[in-house]
This record gives sequence, structure tokens and C-alpha cells, in this order.
Amino acid sequence: MTVYALKRLLLFIPTLIIVSFVIFGVMRVIPGDPALLVLVGDQGEGSYTQEEYDEVKRKLGLDKPLVHQYVIWIGRVLKLEFGSSFFYHNLTVATELKARLPVTAQLAIMAVVISFVIAVPLGVLSAVRQDTWFDYVSKAITISGVAMPTFWVGILIVFFSARFFDYLPPLRYADLWEHPWNNLQQMIFPALALAFNNMAFTARVTRSSMLEVLREDYIRTARSKGLVEMVVVFRHALKNSFLPVITVSAWQFSRLIGGAVIIEVIFQVPGVGRLLIESVLRRDLDFVQSIILVTAGLVLVVNLVTDLCYGWLNPRVRYA
Amino acid sequence: MESNAGIVIDRAGVQRVYPVLRAIVSFSRRKPLGAIGAAAMAFFVIIAIAAEIISPHDARKLNAEYVFAPPSSDRLLGGDSVGRDVLSRLIFGSRVSLGVGLASVAIGISLGALLGIVSAYLGGLFDLLVQRVVDAFLAFPAIILGLTIVAVLGSSVFNVILALVFVLTPGSVRTARSQALAIKEMDYVLAARAVGADSFRIVMKHLVPNCMAIFIILFTITLGLAIIVESSLSFLGVGVPPNVPSWGGMLSEAGAGNFDRAPWLAIVPGVAISSVVFAVNFLGDALRDVLDPRLRMG
Repeated sequence: MTVYALKRLLLFIPTLIIVSFVIFGVMRVIPGDPALLVLVGDQGEGSYTQEEYDEVKRKLGLDKPLVHQYVIWIGRVLKLEFGSSFFYHNLTVATELKARLPVTAQLAIMAVVISFVIAVPLGVLSAVRQDTWFDYVSKAITISGVAMPTFWVGILIVFFSARFFDYLPPLRYADLWEHPWNNLQQMIFPALALAFNNMAFTARVTRSSMLEVLREDYIRTARSKGLVEMVVVFRHALKNSFLPVITVSAWQFSRLIGGAVIIEVIFQVPGVGRLLIESVLRRDLDFVQSIILVTAGLVLVVNLVTDLCYGWLNPRVRYA
Repeated sequence: MESNAGIVIDRAGVQRVYPVLRAIVSFSRRKPLGAIGAAAMAFFVIIAIAAEIISPHDARKLNAEYVFAPPSSDRLLGGDSVGRDVLSRLIFGSRVSLGVGLASVAIGISLGALLGIVSAYLGGLFDLLVQRVVDAFLAFPAIILGLTIVAVLGSSVFNVILALVFVLTPGSVRTARSQALAIKEMDYVLAARAVGADSFRIVMKHLVPNCMAIFIILFTITLGLAIIVESSLSFLGVGVPPNVPSWGGMLSEAGAGNFDRAPWLAIVPGVAISSVVFAVNFLGDALRDVLDPRLRMG
């Protein structure tokens, strides 16, 4: 276990470095001139002078060699100085992230809680009642959860909640700590939309994991010694089938963050995802590359913690 | 071949076609859902290819008479906010969804499978390096990676395909690698090496053909993801250019304020995306069960 943990930790660092290479490469090396994009937009209209072009290049630091640019960027990131907006000089990446990360975290946590509250009973029941109408209905729900794109679910929820609950995406966002009730009212619909895909996935994993455990010998033993079915299902089967459910769901973290970007745009939630889209649309390079670095770093950390917990909880796992 | 009153019967041809037909019939018997998925996919592909012939109106023509027009016999799915025919836009939009999806998956999976197989075969430092790069790419949420690449390159159909290749390749490297690692240890690979086959021959003649099943499964499973990411990018306004009809773009044009007036604008394209993904997933699940039951999961 210790060897595994050390190995896993050692692999984490080069991966993080390669992540920074990838981001830097995508932003600078692939064909396409960021300075030109800032000046004329992606449709190629608009005019500029050579002086303006050189000025933009200098401001973006694009006039220096690539290695030099990379070292400057990483040096600043390590000091947690992510740079500032190219367009709004009082806007720094660090302060924006500090304001918006908790919002996205709240959205993600609410979505995970909602999806588990729905998915686990759904998965358990459809495993216990395998091949009954309940199983088929839950299968239909989970398949739609996988096939319906998150943004469409979001749009439908906006429309139907506007119609039936008089809900409209808020113009002003209420802070969780100052106006908890208003905040929850604003966040419940985006969280539901985000939860749908995750819920479908978790229910599927719960079902198959439960089915596997229900065939084990100790379940038969538990039944034959006369335990009530409820106790067999919840204390013996669910407890043992929960580990894969949690780990596989944790690996879905990256997909959850991707979905959060879209949901935040549709529901106008001022989180990191919307910040990313706003920065992408106004070509704010410092913002874009820092936000991606932070999200990718978060995904890596979550995966690392998941793997370590899994190894700790399940000593039978053999490590390759 | 025999000639009889001008009718030429190609017996060899019939015999060649027959096992294929029989395979299709037996697949449909065993996996009816998979067969439905395959039929639906064939249907969508035909629509995409024949878009010019099938579409009843010009997909780009604005028509003031049909602004928010409800579905009628002339406009089966009504008109959008500037009076364009929704059905025609839907038909042309299938070109973007399927074309971009199929192209990016074909390139991404081929690239990924080849890299995964070579990485598994060579092992050592090369393998370690490739796997770390794959780790790094997998740390990016698919939509965020695609979004950034298209944003840097600019919106165009080609750039969306390129971005999707970056999104799809890493996952397939990993899957193909694990398959190839198992095949590499097979006796027939050892036998091939014993008779003096070089690495290139072993990879191309032994590893690649034996990874074919996983390639086909990956293809269908990944296609659903590709279609969803493409439509999400178009929805966010960074996918295909706005003048090209696409399902994601249609949904973003539907606008939040128009639902009471024209609910079909927000429902029709979403149903289209979901049914394609449904069909692909059904087909993928069935193919996985038939081709490689060990991979069953979920």
C-alpha cells in the first residue's frame, strides 16, 4: 500500500507538468495567432496597423521565445499569480477564481448529492427487482440520462420550471452565506439539470454492482440464517457494493465539471464555467489558460485521492 | 457464372453475400435493440447524405411569413425565429452532427488505437511517456478541452473535427493499450517472433487485426460522446460557424423567451440529438456483447 501510494504520488507530478505543457501548447504552438485573434476576431474582419499588432504581441508576451514564455507563465502560477485580464486591467485571475470557485463547488456538490439520493435507491431497487417493470422503467430513465445532452436537459428544465414554478434564471446571484434560502432557490434547478447525467451513470453502476454482490455466497448465508430481506439488501449487499459506486462516480468528476460549464451558462450561475466561456469569447488568454490549469489540476487531485482511498479501503486490489 | 436468357447470375457473388446476410439476421435475432440502433443509424446517415433531395425548403432562406409558424402541412415542424423551415434545418443539421462525429471518431480512434498498440508493444520508456501524456489529456473535461482548442483555432467545421480528435484520442489509446498488452503475451505472437517476423510485421499482422473487435466497440461508444460534445460546442457558440445549420446551434437560437410561443424549436433538435445518441449506444452495447462479452460493464 505504501509503495503504491508513493508510486501514485510520484506519477502525479510529471502528469501535472505535462498538463501545463499541453495547455501551453494548445494556447501557443498550434497554428493560429492569438494576437491576430484578439485584434480581428475569428471571422477575420476588422483592421489594424502593424504598431497595434506589435503592441498586442508585446502585451501578451508573444514576442519572446516559447521556452521563455513558458518559464514566465509557470513561475507566476507557482506564486499563485495567474495574471490579469487583457481587457479589464482591474480584473485579476486570482480574485475572480476565488470568488467563483465556491459557486461552482456548491453547484457540483448539490448535483452529486441529488444524483446519489435518486440513483442509489433506483439502482438498488432495480437490482433487487431485476427484469420487472420497475427495472425496465429505471433502465429507460438511465439510458435517457446518458443520451440526452446536458445542455438540452438544462434548457428543458429552464422552460418547464419557468412555466410551472415561475422560476427565471436570476439577474442577481444571491450569496450562500448571506441569503441562504434565496441562494438554494436559485441553485436547485441548475443542480437538478447537472445531476441528471450523473444520476443515470451512478444508478447504472449501482445496479450492476448490486447484481454482482447479490450472487455472492455470504448473501445466501445471510438469507439462510433467516435475516429479513431489508437487512440482507441494505446491511450486507449495499455496503459491499458501494465501493465501486463511489470510485467510479469520482472518476466522473471531470465530466461533472464539463457539464457545470454548460449549466452555468444556461442558468446564468456566476461560477468558474461561465468565467471560462466569457474569457474564451473575449479571447482573454491569461484567464483561459489559468482556468483550464486549475480545473485539470482539480481533476487530477480528485482522481489521486480516489485511487488512494480505493487502495486503502480495498486491500485486495492488486496494483500493476 | 451462368448465362440464362440475358440474366447473369454471379454464383460466387451470391455465396459471398450470403454469410453477411446471415450474420445480419442472426445479430438482429440475438440483439433486437442493437438491430434497431443500427437501422436508426442507417436512416440518419441516408438523411444526411440525401439532405438536398429530401429537405422540403431552403434551410437558409428567411421568410417573414413563417416567423414562429406552428407546424403545418407546408412546414411540418414549423418555422424558427427568422422564419426558416425547421425541418429542412434539422435535415441539414444531421450532416454536421453525423459528419463531424464520424470523421472525428474515425481519425481519433484510429490514431489512438495505433498509438496504444505500439505503446503496449514497445513498452519501456516510450510506453511510460505515452501513458503520462494520456493521463494529462484525460485530466481535461472533454467540453473544456474542445472549447479551448476551437477558441484558439477559430470556428470552422474542420477545427471542430480537429478539437474532437484531441478529445477522443487519449481514451482510445488507453483501451487499445490494455487490449494489446493481453494479446502481446499470446503464443501466436511468440511463434511469429520465433520464425523471425520483425516488430512492424508483428504489430501490423498480429496485434492490429486482433484488436479489431475493440476498435469497432470503441467506434460506436465514442461516437455518442463525439456527437454530444460537438452539439454542446455549437450550442455554446464556439462550434461550427453560425451560418451552418447544426442541431446544437438550433437549440441555442431557440432562446429562452420563445418557449411559450414556439416550444418545438427547443424540443425538435434535442430529440434529434438524443435519438442519434440512443441509437449509437444501443448498437454499441449490442456489438460489445456479441464481439467481446468480457468487456461487459454497467
